[in-house]
Amino acid sequence: MASKEFCRPDPEELLRQITAQEAHEAHGRLKIFLGYAPRVGKSLRMFDEGRRRKKRGQDVVIGAIQIKGSTDIASMIREFEVIPPLRVGDVDTIDVEAILRRAPHVCLVDELARDNPPGSRYAHRWQEVEAIRALGVNVVGAINLQHICEQQDAVERITNRRSASSVPQSFIQSADEIVIVDVPAEILAQHTLTQHGGTSNLTPAQLSELRELALLLAAQVVEQQLQHYMDSHGILQSWGTQERILVCITPRSSAREMLESGARAAQRFHGQLLAVYVKQDGLTREAEEAVEENLEFARKLGAEVHVIEGNNQDPIAAIIRFAREQRVTQVFVGHTQQSAWKFWSQNPVDKLIREAEGMDVRIFPHAGVLKNSQLA
Amino acid sequence: MESAHKGKLKIFLGYAAGVGKTYQMLTEAQELKLQGVDVVIGYFEPHGRAETIAQTAGLELVPRRVYDHRGSRFEDMDTVAVITRHPQVAVVDEFAHTNVPGAERLKRWQDVMAILDAGIDVLTSLNIQHIESLNDQVWHVTGIRVRETVPDWVVQEADEVVMVDVTPRALLHRLERGVVYSHEKAQKALENFFTESNLTALRELALRQAAHQLEERREDLRLRPLYPTAVRALDSQRQESILIWITPHPSTAMLIRRGRRVADYLNSSCTALFVARDAAMSELSPEARAAVDRHLNFCRNLRIQPEVIESPEPAKAVSAWARDHGITQIFVTRDAPEAQKLVHLARDMQVTIVAERVRHVT
Repeated sequence: MASKEFCRPDPEELLRQITAQEAHEAHGRLKIFLGYAPRVGKSLRMFDEGRRRKKRGQDVVIGAIQIKGSTDIASMIREFEVIPPLRVGDVDTIDVEAILRRAPHVCLVDELARDNPPGSRYAHRWQEVEAIRALGVNVVGAINLQHICEQQDAVERITNRRSASSVPQSFIQSADEIVIVDVPAEILAQHTLTQHGGTSNLTPAQLSELRELALLLAAQVVEQQLQHYMDSHGILQSWGTQERILVCITPRSSAREMLESGARAAQRFHGQLLAVYVKQDGLTREAEEAVEENLEFARKLGAEVHVIEGNNQDPIAAIIRFAREQRVTQVFVGHTQQSAWKFWSQNPVDKLIREAEGMDVRIFPHAGVLKNSQLA
Repeated sequence: MESAHKGKLKIFLGYAAGVGKTYQMLTEAQELKLQGVDVVIGYFEPHGRAETIAQTAGLELVPRRVYDHRGSRFEDMDTVAVITRHPQVAVVDEFAHTNVPGAERLKRWQDVMAILDAGIDVLTSLNIQHIESLNDQVWHVTGIRVRETVPDWVVQEADEVVMVDVTPRALLHRLERGVVYSHEKAQKALENFFTESNLTALRELALRQAAHQLEERREDLRLRPLYPTAVRALDSQRQESILIWITPHPSTAMLIRRGRRVADYLNSSCTALFVARDAAMSELSPEARAAVDRHLNFCRNLRIQPEVIESPEPAKAVSAWARDHGITQIFVTRDAPEAQKLVHLARDMQVTIVAERVRHVT
């Protein structure tokens, strides 16, 4: 039980990691407060964090403020030194130079998604943040879900509107820390009703969906952090915090049914669907086409498709190794035709069951098997 | 949905001690009081945390009840007093708490149910590791077998689940500063449970749980815009029906949790089956019989209807029963003696073999 599993990265990979690590450490840290809709209180949380840090003796300044902030925020802001913005035309941009001259420990940046006017040194506020971080200043910022580029389609499907400015999700994922500011949708719906100048008249159902999206985005970022931690500490083990479903494709198996079940499960668990095909020699043209069709269907369902080399006639060993590498939690496999394995020393399904340590194995009927009482 | 007079349950969900669940819950209670809502503290666990204690200022506290049990004195929530006081909202800390000996109910969540039934809204706090179906996963991550658990259905019945989020880094700082525990206790906690990787994994589980909770509450599952159209179309196609095969093997508890969890996520029905060779279960040792009873009871606690049938050939009986009852998927632990036999007998159904997770100490 006390066995420790280490992966051994090759020296070049190690060097690359160390260099990246060093660059990362010289970089200021980025912490992001993520809200799912306007008025959840992300800015308040951010300024509160700034206040706490200040209390602990850190040198905290404000790099950018949202002007339409509430009165709660206005009174909080007074406690901080504000670096005056740089006017470009009639728009405020962050005065990156001034912040770097001032060299605080922490810089607060409200509303990370802002586009700067033409003629600005940086086209977007998130690029200003990168510049500040690059010289070792930590940034604490706030953003709402609808301003994250890759989330905008989904947000638009829910709310029928789209924000003009956005940041790439990779910027969010580059954050050292992300905090979700979660309040029940009902409360927010009341808030927006009672407060004047509310930006949204979203229904509780819409807010609930936005909230779910934001939670899942945060989970995704956290999953990545976890993986990064595990990788950098040489830990191969999977903790299955995210369900990862692997469908094993063969020409004969009832691949479509497995893929459909897999896609459904992956969606319900908000997990990942993977499909793997272990290359086989001597397939008929027909069988090859069947495989191609199945893989295409997998892609259509959003699966990550992999084709791997067979391992000396031992496809099961290849599948298991692949599943481990991919931190799979559930393997879907089809029954083989009984006649197909009768002459082998071992039924591949039995072998998979025996060797798939720490994963669920879900075995699907062979497409040709007759249903119901005929087998009883 | 619940009847109109039943109180609403709101759970503040966290991923570890010290994330600020109780603090946020009390903050909300204070806000409610400001709005003129009649709110009391039914139970509060101070843990010596100054900021949290300060947050109770001005809130009415229902005195705890003292239980005498075999010469020892224990304190716990006075549920009767809370119900008699009948506020609009009661704050009840530590939802997963096991009641002291002599208390009327075994678990605090059962007391909360009674308070809700009396038409009182409840605010409560819960950590992710106390959710029953995550018990094995939490053990897998942390090496700790959590004994105080809450069945998933109880959490699913909550009207609202709010994620109380801080980053593991911030939480570790709090621990180091002695905000969460006294310094010696904090040191021990840091070495064991509160490692960055543990906290990160638990946090991810909590975020996913909170998201799942929202999804469950939305009534029409097909209207979920998060789903690509191709998958949304699939969603309504097939009603799954899961059967869990109970055996005396210890891994059955894990199997039940896993089956329950998958059934919940797939919106599938979930039943359990034990096959005895005869009515007296004469083939089983007294220990094995006790284990089976435990597993059947565990099923009931998780709202899985267990069936017991008799047959000299268990695997064959399970596949036949499944066929007769329109089961689409059978769950069996890899350690069940006839697991592989079932796989080959039930070739017309889906069979899921669940292997116990192995924990590598890191």
